[in-house]
Amino acid sequence: MPPSLETRDLTIRFGGHVAVNAVSCAFHPGELTVIVGPNGAGKTTYFNLISGQLRASSGQVLKDGRDIGRLAPSGRARAGVGRAFQLTNLFPELSVLENIRLAVQARSGVGRQFLRRASGHRELIEQAEGYLAQTRLTEVAHQPASALSHGDQRKLEVALLLAMEPDVFMFDEPTAGMSLDHAPDVLDLIAEIKKDRSRTVLLVEHKMDVVRALADRIIVLHNGTLLADGKPAEVMASDLVREVYLGKRGAA
Amino acid sequence: MARLGIGGWSVRLIVLGIGVALLFAPFLFPGVRAIEVAARICVFIVLVASYDLLIGYTGIVSFAHTMFFGLGAYGVGIALAQHDASWSALILGGAAGVLAALVLAVLIALLSLRVKAIFFAMVTLAVASVALVLASQLSNLTGGEDGVTYSAPDLFSPATALFHDATGRTARFFGVRMDGKIAAYYFIFGGSLVLYLILLRVTVSPLGTVLKAIRENEARAEALGYRVVAYRTFVFGFTAVMAALAGVLYATWLQYTGPDTTLSFEIMVDILLMVVIGGMGTMWGAVIGAAALVMAQYYLRDLMQAASDALAGLPLLPDLLNPDRWLLWLGIVFILLVYFFPAGIAGTLAGRETRK
Repeated sequence: MPPSLETRDLTIRFGGHVAVNAVSCAFHPGELTVIVGPNGAGKTTYFNLISGQLRASSGQVLKDGRDIGRLAPSGRARAGVGRAFQLTNLFPELSVLENIRLAVQARSGVGRQFLRRASGHRELIEQAEGYLAQTRLTEVAHQPASALSHGDQRKLEVALLLAMEPDVFMFDEPTAGMSLDHAPDVLDLIAEIKKDRSRTVLLVEHKMDVVRALADRIIVLHNGTLLADGKPAEVMASDLVREVYLGKRGAA
Repeated sequence: MARLGIGGWSVRLIVLGIGVALLFAPFLFPGVRAIEVAARICVFIVLVASYDLLIGYTGIVSFAHTMFFGLGAYGVGIALAQHDASWSALILGGAAGVLAALVLAVLIALLSLRVKAIFFAMVTLAVASVALVLASQLSNLTGGEDGVTYSAPDLFSPATALFHDATGRTARFFGVRMDGKIAAYYFIFGGSLVLYLILLRVTVSPLGTVLKAIRENEARAEALGYRVVAYRTFVFGFTAVMAALAGVLYATWLQYTGPDTTLSFEIMVDILLMVVIGGMGTMWGAVIGAAALVMAQYYLRDLMQAASDALAGLPLLPDLLNPDRWLLWLGIVFILLVYFFPAGIAGTLAGRETRK
């Protein structure tokens, strides 16, 4: 099966510092890849290069074989690359429902309509309500996003990504800072996405139990380079990875 | 919170009250000055509402709004002054002014909306200054500092009788002569109402939500798939057209167009004050802010004169309330308004009601 997303020699330099160094990697539909690596390894930078928040110094980003590396983030989103952010990144004064509706209408193309009432688009609102139900946010639908608890804001972040209905789902530490009773909700959602074999999922995650439960494949980034790539059991067993990941030489 | 609950009842009642007062203004407040004030409020509601769409909804700071207002007004003014006072001159001149505003706005937006907000504001300030200088230098066309005086189409002439009574003279309804001035007022009122309703509609449209999203979190809007630069360019051009149309209405009403009535930075400051007093990002605030400030500008002096006379004989107070000091008092009123209504009148009132 051809990869849905591929990076070729993807590199970015900030002055003399190479944050992501010639990373080539292909991601296939139906596969959930977890990206691990110590802090500062370049995981989020790698994500930013793929979804367009940063422009690569060199190298390519291919979506279904087409180079999207020169597109603005909006163009990449429309090409089917969806991204959820590590730090909560919402529209704080808009209601939860409006947040979701924005994601739904971006995809449906009605965002350019300016003389029709938004509330007249029943189908948009019904779709948005569907995502709220799926993420268990229905009760807070009419609250501003800024009034939500941290856990609910994380869920809304995931709901926004679901509502974009991308081909490629990118999650950057989706459970960061979540309490133990909220985290499973988000992980269940990701597991649900994974069931659809046409979707490609990329996940940055630190919690090893999460990695074990979800990963089909693990790649390890260290100092911006791709250090290891393989099945979870192989990668986690490798000494090199343990050394880098645990940050200790010779650790068990 | 305030922005979510824009439909506070007290705000709606105030806006409805102002709307009704404007609708019946010629009958409720007879007199040349009162109708002048009412027409100015109508035009400024559109001007301020369009500016609110720009600054309050989308978060774009521009100082070129009076320039677009002026382009519409000068289009009408020059066309009517150089040709006859016909409808075709009015429409062609107005259309030319509106088109010029649109083209200029799109150019400014494409060239500079990618830069940081503060630089964009500076660019608009520079362009607006150039426009002001041009208006006073191209005196063959614009009449320079003096501006241009002209006649509006005959329908709006005070000598025109809209209705005749039994004796063939201009009919009166409730004691008000049904002459061309009334027709002109209702032309302004109707035009302003239509433009305001269009602006109101935009704020509840799918695009309106995108604009708010851009204000709230530009990068996230982009990440969802919205081309932020395109949306900003659109809203800048759209509000420029609205401002130019307001200029067309005002030029038709005043039968005079000059730098002081349309282009000057004092008007820009007035617009800013009206948006802030009314409440940014509320749309209703435009109505409240425009009505409050225009009324204050026209009537505060009268009010102070009356107060000063009433207190004559007391020490100090009559002097403090001397009408010459009206700007001081206007300043004090502004400070109090901003203190007690930090989100503007509409924003703060609506916020209070949603919090209950």
